Amino acid sequence: MRDRITAFLVLLPSLLAVGIFVYGFIGQNLWVSLTDWGKDPAQALALHPKLRFLGLENYRELFTGFVDVRFRQSAINLLFFTLFFMAGSLGLGLLLALALDRGPKGEGFFRTVFLFPMALSFVVTGTIWRWLLQPQGGVNVLPTLFGLPPLSFPWLTTREQALVFDWNRLPLYTALVVGLVLLHVAWRAYREGERRRLLWSAASGGVLLLWALTLGQRVHLLPYPEPHGLSLALVGVILAAVWQMSGYTMALYLAGLRGIPVEVLEAAKVDGASEWQTYRHVVFPLLAPITLSAMIVLGHIALKIFDLVFAMAGLDYAPTDVPAIYMYLLAFRGNQFAKGAAIGILLLLLVAVVVIPYLASQLRREVRR
Amino acid sequence: MRKWLLAAGVALGLGALAQGGKLEIFSWWAGDEGPALEALIRLYKQKYPGVEVINATVTGGAGVNAKAVLKTRMLGGNPPDTFQVHAGQELIGTWVVADRMEDLTPLFRQEGWLQAFPKGLLDLISYRGGIWSVPVNIHRSNVMWYLPAKLKEWGVAPPKTWAEFLATCQTLKAKGLQAPLALGENWTQQHLWESVALGLLGPEGWNNLWKGKLKFTDPKAVAVWETFGKVLDCANKDAAGLSWQQAVDRVVQGQAAFNIMGDWAAGYMTTTLKLKPGADFAWAPSPGTQGVFMMLSDSFGLPKGAKNRQNALNWLKLVGSKEGQDTFNPLKGSIAARLDSDPAKYNAYGQAAMKDWKSNRIVGSLVHGAVAPESFMSQFGTVMEIFQQTKSPQAAANAAQAIASQVGLGR
Repeated sequence: MRDRITAFLVLLPSLLAVGIFVYGFIGQNLWVSLTDWGKDPAQALALHPKLRFLGLENYRELFTGFVDVRFRQSAINLLFFTLFFMAGSLGLGLLLALALDRGPKGEGFFRTVFLFPMALSFVVTGTIWRWLLQPQGGVNVLPTLFGLPPLSFPWLTTREQALVFDWNRLPLYTALVVGLVLLHVAWRAYREGERRRLLWSAASGGVLLLWALTLGQRVHLLPYPEPHGLSLALVGVILAAVWQMSGYTMALYLAGLRGIPVEVLEAAKVDGASEWQTYRHVVFPLLAPITLSAMIVLGHIALKIFDLVFAMAGLDYAPTDVPAIYMYLLAFRGNQFAKGAAIGILLLLLVAVVVIPYLASQLRREVRR
Repeated sequence: MRKWLLAAGVALGLGALAQGGKLEIFSWWAGDEGPALEALIRLYKQKYPGVEVINATVTGGAGVNAKAVLKTRMLGGNPPDTFQVHAGQELIGTWVVADRMEDLTPLFRQEGWLQAFPKGLLDLISYRGGIWSVPVNIHRSNVMWYLPAKLKEWGVAPPKTWAEFLATCQTLKAKGLQAPLALGENWTQQHLWESVALGLLGPEGWNNLWKGKLKFTDPKAVAVWETFGKVLDCANKDAAGLSWQQAVDRVVQGQAAFNIMGDWAAGYMTTTLKLKPGADFAWAPSPGTQGVFMMLSDSFGLPKGAKNRQNALNWLKLVGSKEGQDTFNPLKGSIAARLDSDPAKYNAYGQAAMKDWKSNRIVGSLVHGAVAPESFMSQFGTVMEIFQQTKSPQAAANAAQAIASQVGLGR
């Protein structure tokens, strides 16, 4: 009993500190995001600003307001950035790890070289890559080394977009994607023979798809079409980010590969599996948990990205904008504190979507142990 | 050892107290602009030797970082004794409306500054019967830079209106010059926009825009965006990746004929590139703005609750004095805000600018904080992006008007 009291007393200060400085401030931020702080310049920076409760007005403006077109592009940018950054880092990391796993000469040297970028901060990476991606230098003059004409791609300054779609179609596409994912879950539940899960996921997936194909066609967020797409100016930023983080995934995968018992691989060989079959059916499934951990780490880095874009393209260039940058601009340059807080809450939710399922599964596993 | 240190510390602390306390000056003048501020501080120390001056500089061009730090400090109830701010609405629309600044009218009366500064400037820094900051320097925004030798080679003259400019642009394009106008990143594009708008609307129309009397959706204002779009067609396509210095470099290297930039470009060309003003490079008011001086100014204000108010007032007195301005401005590459400063201390460009400052009609710059509050300026970058993306004058005008209504421009 006394042990318990001491333990509680020892923990109490940090519990209080976390309660106030993390959860208290999250709560305050949430409250601010529901007010009009910043709408009236006279109140924005007053000593004791009077805040009025607005409900979800700030959120509505972000998604459907006339002047917040930049937020919408930044949200789309974030989506594509996260996707390509994760795919690039995982893919390149896995390739490097597989190559190093075969024990080439100077393995230690290469391992250090590949891991080194991770030791840099994103600001340094961004500055170097900004130089490399100058229109008349760096990467673009590489071909001249081989006597070819230089490239002329304006890496960070192009305004071109690929995969352009109308923002008004967003609810439709979201419903379609979520619906298909749910159907996939249902299919897997069917194979695993879990009837309850099958029923639920099939039903909700079906409803979503039905909505998307009927009523969803008529939903319009804006009274006019607003095209958004994958900004090609982001390609340079993604390159730099992948360069920075693929060493990290390489290290993770290499540890995973080295951790596979030789017996398993030998057993596969004895069973007559070809090299590809060994990878496909033995090695990759064993690496799956590593992929998941790497995705969590990369995912939350991607969602919070700010410094890399800041260093490479600056704050003011909308084609490479991400929500964290737009939040900074709104709050600290434009004094729109409430709207900035709203973006903060949205980012928190996004990170939570990535991290919480992971934490939950970890916790469950620990309880089982 | 520790005792000795403690004693020394106490002695130092007491000494400073006896001689008149501290003065914390908050600014973003570092790097090239640092020496000018240091000269001013040296002058202050000569006059008030007992005061310990704390130079709280936060680096970052145009105060991009400093403003965020300042906001944190003010909101946290820890204002500096005096801080640098762009004169005009950037101060008024942010801090004065929030009732965080002291009215400096008595200081202006006492020092006779109501006559020393031109009326156009006093109008820009006044609001609701008060005067809110002491301008230390003046920069001009509407200047077009070129190399006379190059223009001769191409056989063109500096254009006097935007229509002429577009014609000259076509001539130059026909001669193989791909981008006759050199342009840089987002804010320099806004800088170009304000010159186009002033040239087309005239000083009256320009002022009405910021008083809320001329709507952004008015056909006259929409036409500004139309011309602006055509002017952009004359500019380099990789603008977003260039700093303003790199844009000036293009003119100097003969890759472009013109650049529209504030007169810190003159400082860059004379000091860094060692060019001779008036001979190697030349300037003209941007098209359609002859006789109008679009100004921006760095100034110092007095926040309410400053801990060393009297020292701060002494600083403001120095900043507004003839001696202070003539110490600061030749080093900074700007001109004095006062009408009675000494031309002999300035170079050829500075003298020309001083002449215009005294005779021209004065209006304020948008991008550099004189005519619109921060809440408008920061979102004007978004308007620029909307225009670049859609190429639609009407869409840009609508967005600008929406923001103007939202922040209550001219109210």
